[in-house]
Amino acid sequence: MTDVAIVGMAQTPYRRRRDDANFAELIYEVSCGALQDAGLEVGDIDNFITVSNDFWDGRTISSMAVQDACGSSFDGGRNVSTVEGDGTFGLLYGMMRILSGAYRTTLVVVHCKGSEGNMRLITNGMFDYIYTRPLGIEATGAAALQARRYMDKYKLTEEDFAHVSIKNRGNALRNPNAQLAASLSLDEVMASTPIASPLKLHDISPISDGAAAVVLAHRNVANKLGRKPVWVKGIAHCSEAHFLGDRDLAEAPALRDAAFRAYQMAGIEDPFAEIDLVELYDAYSYMEPLWFEEMGFCSKGEGAELTRLGATAFDGPLPVNPSGGVLSAHAVMVAGLARVIEAALQIRGEAGERQVEGPVELALAHGINGPCGQSHCVVILGE
Amino acid sequence: MSRSAEENIIYDGRIRMPYKWAAGKTSSFFLTQLRDHAKIWGTRCSLCQMIFVPPRKNCPRCVTADTTWVELPPRGILQTYTEIHFSEPLLQPLEPPYMYGVVKLEGADTGLTHFLGEVEPEKLRSGMRMEAVFKKKEDRCGLITDLLYFRPEGGSGS
Repeated sequence: MTDVAIVGMAQTPYRRRRDDANFAELIYEVSCGALQDAGLEVGDIDNFITVSNDFWDGRTISSMAVQDACGSSFDGGRNVSTVEGDGTFGLLYGMMRILSGAYRTTLVVVHCKGSEGNMRLITNGMFDYIYTRPLGIEATGAAALQARRYMDKYKLTEEDFAHVSIKNRGNALRNPNAQLAASLSLDEVMASTPIASPLKLHDISPISDGAAAVVLAHRNVANKLGRKPVWVKGIAHCSEAHFLGDRDLAEAPALRDAAFRAYQMAGIEDPFAEIDLVELYDAYSYMEPLWFEEMGFCSKGEGAELTRLGATAFDGPLPVNPSGGVLSAHAVMVAGLARVIEAALQIRGEAGERQVEGPVELALAHGINGPCGQSHCVVILGE
Repeated sequence: MSRSAEENIIYDGRIRMPYKWAAGKTSSFFLTQLRDHAKIWGTRCSLCQMIFVPPRKNCPRCVTADTTWVELPPRGILQTYTEIHFSEPLLQPLEPPYMYGVVKLEGADTGLTHFLGEVEPEKLRSGMRMEAVFKKKEDRCGLITDLLYFRPEGGSGS
């Protein structure tokens, strides 16, 4: 349990391309939304965290290009600091700044316009320039290596992964912010265009434009606001080796470690029994069972079976990605904070048509960054 | 072509940024050995004895620079693989479809990511024995692509 709560949040709808807004304008949209949701004004915020990536934006110090839009230059300039990576890392950083005692409130904003750059070139840029980048490998080629390794080690099939796409794209039908929502059949997923074997078109998240923001507040402030605070009960961020060949790609020890630490902080002993809902970073279909297993919800290799049995379905005992997940909308970096927002909306009971049955008292949200989930942030949210 | 009342202007841009990246002494040794002798070298940590390819100045586990060079055989076991079907001419050094794999060379503790060749994708299996195929000496220039690809040990048989 920590002394920090989420008191306001907003996200844009996720779309293939937003020609009507540049990325600063997307930030303005969600900054206003999150402040309004919190019942605060920009002058009430004493700390700002902007999350972005220079390659995606096509400019250096991209995080400083949204100051006007999020209000951090208000009144001659407020304290602002930046993160490059997933939006969940920005949440962690913003929270730590509040816990330092120096700040009471923090606005965390994140944006990405995937439509404006070239995803293949940009994600090739995350690899080292000597050994890996000259091969032309990028995010999806690397993910395909991980999917194959995971299948081979735990005797899984492409059909196992297809069921994840069917579930999540189906869940997205209830989410107006989702970009890809569909009732897919197993045949449709299996017959979709091969991209990088074993991954096919419907195993892969879309390229999206979008932004998200949350307002964090210290307990002393959070309890005085009209809104029900959603508490950050546990959080941890861990990372593993850079070279793909240094890792057993069927394992994610950084996630195991991050989940363990977050559970410890939140006092969770049996995650499957205690956690009511999971929003995790399924950039590719196979990632959902892989991450789910490493979070300790089931044994290794059993995640796909649980999905097939409906355990992670919208109306199952432990809904996973009831929003439709990253498979249905993938504004890079934004997607992790979107998981946090979706989980927090469920705790508030304000998820609208996508609100799951029964109370959500404790939820897990998850963000990743780097090839094949090199780093993971696990956030436990609760009432 | 229809035009909406509120026209959204789109700017075309491309960033071209030349760099001169230093490979560093460790990778320079690796790359010159690859170029001059078609040999693959790894580094062994004197503390944990793990052998890393690509080589590292310091062991990432023990964080010591007390490492020694080890020549590795140009063959090993296929850990995982993929066949790339999508096309991105601005990036791809080969015409798709082509294959990537991770090969753990005999004696090494880590895998090397590279191209696979001389094999039908349907015949690929994790655990297969693979061997390196190098560019001809006169074509090698000190890049990781001086190693052309890994193929099934003993050649394709085709």
